[in-house]
Amino acid sequence: MGLELFNTFILLLLVVAALAALRIRDLITASAVFGIYSFLMCLLWAEMGAVDVAFTEATVGAGISTVVLVATIFNLKRKSND
Amino acid sequence: MKWISLVPVLAVGGLLLFAAKDFPEWGDPQSPASSSPVSSHFINNTGVDTEVPNMVTAVLADYRGFDTMFETVVVFIAGVAVIAILKGSGRRRGGLRKDHEVEAEPDLIVTNTVRLVVPVIQIFAFYVLAHGHVSPGGGFQGGVVMGASFILLALAWDLDHALVRMSLPKCIIIAAAGIILYGGIGFLSMLLGGEFLDYAELEKVLPVSREMARYHAMLGVEIGVGFTVTSIMFALYANLSSEGRLKGGL
Repeated sequence: MGLELFNTFILLLLVVAALAALRIRDLITASAVFGIYSFLMCLLWAEMGAVDVAFTEATVGAGISTVVLVATIFNLKRKSND
Repeated sequence: MKWISLVPVLAVGGLLLFAAKDFPEWGDPQSPASSSPVSSHFINNTGVDTEVPNMVTAVLADYRGFDTMFETVVVFIAGVAVIAILKGSGRRRGGLRKDHEVEAEPDLIVTNTVRLVVPVIQIFAFYVLAHGHVSPGGGFQGGVVMGASFILLALAWDLDHALVRMSLPKCIIIAAAGIILYGGIGFLSMLLGGEFLDYAELEKVLPVSREMARYHAMLGVEIGVGFTVTSIMFALYANLSSEGRLKGGL
């Protein structure tokens, strides 16, 4: 029962994070929200016993790809009409 | 126009939800993945064949070693491609200053925290790499953690500070050395009379049994992967954050 509740909570947060990453106008904030999304996925993998996958998700998904996204955004011309 | 795209999204989403109820229960021993002869073969034989407790690593680095070798090559080629495209492309613009680059001393609190944290991260990376066959971890994860520690240096001070410790030519050499180490272990087992990446043949040069030879060869292979991933991760960041100028950066 406890795990069921935990799963539902994490999955709800995942949907919220996914929608937020799409809705947020500021690209830096959106990539930070992507990091949150990856970390929630990592929690789910760990809970299902796939610790190796969770480890990779935490390092690559939440760590490196967020940094690379931010690095790329800083080098874009940040002009937008909407 | 925006609303029309909602139709395929809803249709595909509905289809996925509809298909999701056919999934087997989580951890169901009768599910196709658990009841196939392949899974039970690995579950029964990994410990006997290789003495590696972590089955994931044994499958990744030994049974499926050929695949993992070319995964490492893919990482290497991706990094070299980014370097080849970006290196020198920023020089044409004559080193124009970006609006996010300001003259400022590195923050005292940030730099001191990073100074304390980076050694811990690097030791943890070595632990993850070396302990990969006993507990979750391995070359890819350890390499990424190690690369992240160098990126942290570049974020806290500036790119030059990290490039002193890990210059771009050094990155490429270490990345290539990782693949040579991996392929070298493969060729060594070939020279000793086995097939490519048949680690058990290494018992002829190592003073251990056939099972332990596979155990130790897996460690060697993981170290090769770790080398490549560490240096390519940092080289990617260094080039992307400064558009190949390798100065200043974020």
